[in-house]
Amino acid sequence: MIFEEIKKILVDELGVEAEEVLMESNIKDDLDADSLDIVQVVMAVEEAFEIEVEEEETEKLLTVGDVVRYVEANK
Amino acid sequence: MNYANIIGTGTYVPEKIVDNHMLSKLVETSDEWIRTRTGIKERRISTGENTSDLALKASEAALENAGISPADLDMIILSTLTPDYFTPATACLVQRRLGAENAAAFDVSAACSGFLYGLDVADSFIKAGKAKKILVVSSEVMSKVIDWKDRNTCVLFGDGAGAVVLNASAEHGIINTVTGSKGDIEGNLVSKSRNVVNPFMEIPENGENYLSMNGKEIFKFATRIMRKALEDVLDGTGVELNGVKYIVPHQANDRMFEYVAGKMKFEKEKFYVNLERFGNTSSASIPIALDEMAKKGLLSKGDKLIFVGFGGGLTWGAALVEWQLD
Repeated sequence: MIFEEIKKILVDELGVEAEEVLMESNIKDDLDADSLDIVQVVMAVEEAFEIEVEEEETEKLLTVGDVVRYVEANK
Repeated sequence: MNYANIIGTGTYVPEKIVDNHMLSKLVETSDEWIRTRTGIKERRISTGENTSDLALKASEAALENAGISPADLDMIILSTLTPDYFTPATACLVQRRLGAENAAAFDVSAACSGFLYGLDVADSFIKAGKAKKILVVSSEVMSKVIDWKDRNTCVLFGDGAGAVVLNASAEHGIINTVTGSKGDIEGNLVSKSRNVVNPFMEIPENGENYLSMNGKEIFKFATRIMRKALEDVLDGTGVELNGVKYIVPHQANDRMFEYVAGKMKFEKEKFYVNLERFGNTSSASIPIALDEMAKKGLLSKGDKLIFVGFGGGLTWGAALVEWQLD
């Protein structure tokens, strides 16, 4: 499931607990990610799903749900 | 067979130390932001010395360390993205001031990969039997191309020069080198030279020619290419990463090293890092770090090292080296 894979990426890259990762979680504010953490998350998503995320799109990915929906639409 | 072997190292950095607090007075930034995003605490900034001045002092130090005189040099290769002039090449200025009368001198322009490109060229000349003693010096005065109003870039860079002397030897100094390019037509890391202006054209609006960088794209590029370069330079050599004592990376950003070490599953301490004191000195960063390691006594004969650089171009390079000095 896409959400599960993205949860795993966030746990690996950000060092957060799996229970903290919810669809509504704001990646910056709730999961404490800075701009470089977000780049690393995007890289992991690109590699896991074999997609490319354009820079303008990255800026719109604020919550975990945004990432899930983006992957669903683009894989 | 002639191998290229490092017989001396040297560094010169300007005296003026600019720390994060001083920068927070120039642009909207903070010591905390700079340290957590990059690892940098302070950097050296020239108060008038130009690229050839820094290069000369680093070169003199390396020659002394190697125990050879300038007249022994066949070649001087200088890497820089911040030359004194379009012509004469900065290498030529160094050649004349050193009195290296037997050395052909030229600049190599490969941005932050410049030291690796210079090493690769020197290694090739030595292996081909066309030179016996080559000075490879990397020197940058980044402070003259930085937009000191741009907080995205002005906190990252520093000035400095590092040099190595290479000798043709039966000992396997440089074991393998790799280099590569992917032209940056997107303009992700740019420092423009002169605008095209002459009496035969409409004069366009001349923008400022400062360095600009898309940090996120360059972070992605650098972390991916570092992994590839580390694998490629070991490929076919019979050396494994766990047999390498230190990786001396281009000192761009400490977060990159954490990331790459995590992905490739080795201890981050394998990376030698000194960017907290010098910032990103572009192509000078690797030879400055190497000289510091040698002077600190971190290196023993037989130690395997990897130098890995990446940056503007976009370019990258890596060298697998066996240290031969005691």
